[in-house]
Amino acid sequence: MTIQYTDKPIPHPALWGIIYRSSTPFWEGIKEKKLLIQKCKDCGKILHPPRPMCPGCHSTECEHIEASGKGTIYSYTTYSKSPHKSFKAPYSVVLVELDEGPRLISNMVDVKPEDIEIGMPVEVAFDKIDDDLTLYKFKKAG
Amino acid sequence: MSIKDKTAIAGIGLTEYSTGTDLTEWALASLCIKNAAEDAGITVKDIDGLVKDIDDGWDCSYVQKTLGIDNLLYSSESHWGTSSMLNAISAVASGTANNVVYYRSRKGATSDKRSPSDYRVAKETMDDSISILRIDFYEPFGLVNPVGCAAMIIQRYMNEYNIKPEQMGSVVTGITEYGAKNPLALYTDKAVTMDEYMNSEMVADPIREIECAKGVDAGIAILITRAEMAKDMKQTPAIIMSAAQGAAMNGEFFTGYNQEKMTALPEMVSMGDELYRIAGITAKDVNVAQLDDRFTPMVPMQVEALGFCGAGEGAAFCEARSLPINTAGGSLGEGFMDSNRIVEAVRQVRGTSTSQVDNAEIILYAAGAGGPADGLIIRK
Repeated sequence: MTIQYTDKPIPHPALWGIIYRSSTPFWEGIKEKKLLIQKCKDCGKILHPPRPMCPGCHSTECEHIEASGKGTIYSYTTYSKSPHKSFKAPYSVVLVELDEGPRLISNMVDVKPEDIEIGMPVEVAFDKIDDDLTLYKFKKAG
Repeated sequence: MSIKDKTAIAGIGLTEYSTGTDLTEWALASLCIKNAAEDAGITVKDIDGLVKDIDDGWDCSYVQKTLGIDNLLYSSESHWGTSSMLNAISAVASGTANNVVYYRSRKGATSDKRSPSDYRVAKETMDDSISILRIDFYEPFGLVNPVGCAAMIIQRYMNEYNIKPEQMGSVVTGITEYGAKNPLALYTDKAVTMDEYMNSEMVADPIREIECAKGVDAGIAILITRAEMAKDMKQTPAIIMSAAQGAAMNGEFFTGYNQEKMTALPEMVSMGDELYRIAGITAKDVNVAQLDDRFTPMVPMQVEALGFCGAGEGAAFCEARSLPINTAGGSLGEGFMDSNRIVEAVRQVRGTSTSQVDNAEIILYAAGAGGPADGLIIRK
């Protein structure tokens, strides 16, 4: 594990009473353990983070495709002291470059902070925190 | 049409820099603006424009009420850093207003003292912006503050170019040498040694505590006027050769993670190109630079982005002291405000720096490393 929680809630939009329309399908997908990435229906451009218009062709028609869930670690950091009451230090945060292109901030589920390396192949793993929140995380690709 | 040489910084106004003041941000804003007018030798009533950053300071209309300015011809708020300067300069260059003040007032030290485990504070340290990226895609994974966000870029940079910690250490030893000479650099009593650096504590790997600028309680005001008017005022004018911002489609504060070449600081590159184009100069003509050192490992990336050396050569460039950088000790010494580095750029023009560079003709200022960038080039 590269992240451990305290008994305080994990910060996420619902906790703040915020719903982002554009990213709702993404998070609905995560609940069903699917990594759905937004794609422009007209020109096929992959859009992440999700948005209401394609910056390539200005279409407002979009769909969501299931990403392969495979990628590599592009960068990472390890907090030595916790900056937040919900997380126990030390913990690591990774930036994963998906094979489809977008880079996602996430956590590793099976790698110790000191063993994380840039370029490490990874694949998605889902972590159901509670009924309201499932998070997408990554594990070392087998 | 160009803003080149049309405007000048005619006054700078500071409050005391402190680690805790009883004054409100409203009072700090009012005081620094009054001091800027005094510095320029004009009356407060001559000020007809006010600009600020959206995230800090006190609203222009309130400050107008304390200063007793009858009518404001121009006021605006900008979304990030000192691109507000660009608003002030544009307003003066276009003739919309005559004496426009860009001010920041923050109680950064006071807010740092609040419990870091309270996530409302963690949010505030993210510059208070409600951002989809942050709340939806970063915070659930514990990426909750600027140092972590910056660490992600710096880790990748050090890996891409095989940068050694000692090389990043030389940035800190260099800047704190300047800070030690500056009485206003409240966070730098003496120059940091390489041993101290190497033994210092990590915050968010590879960023060390010693590399992070701390918050300061202060107000800083910069008075911009037309260049020909500035000549008749009290101080040597700092002529603004150029001002620019860079804001890319995939940009975000410290988190332009989806920009293809993240470590090249693409927004700093486009901002710098624009600065040089307007000023009609190249990086070679710059004598002194005041760069974004909220996190000092960002400095080598900036000297590359601004064309002082090639990709991956920034750390060696800093180690060799090839250019005087942050001659008042930067935000690392004076606290995180950004505009304190504009003040030092002006001191270099006036010849009043505590580390005055001989023949300092052209000075470059930059901010916003890792996100939307902004900057200035000024001269005598």
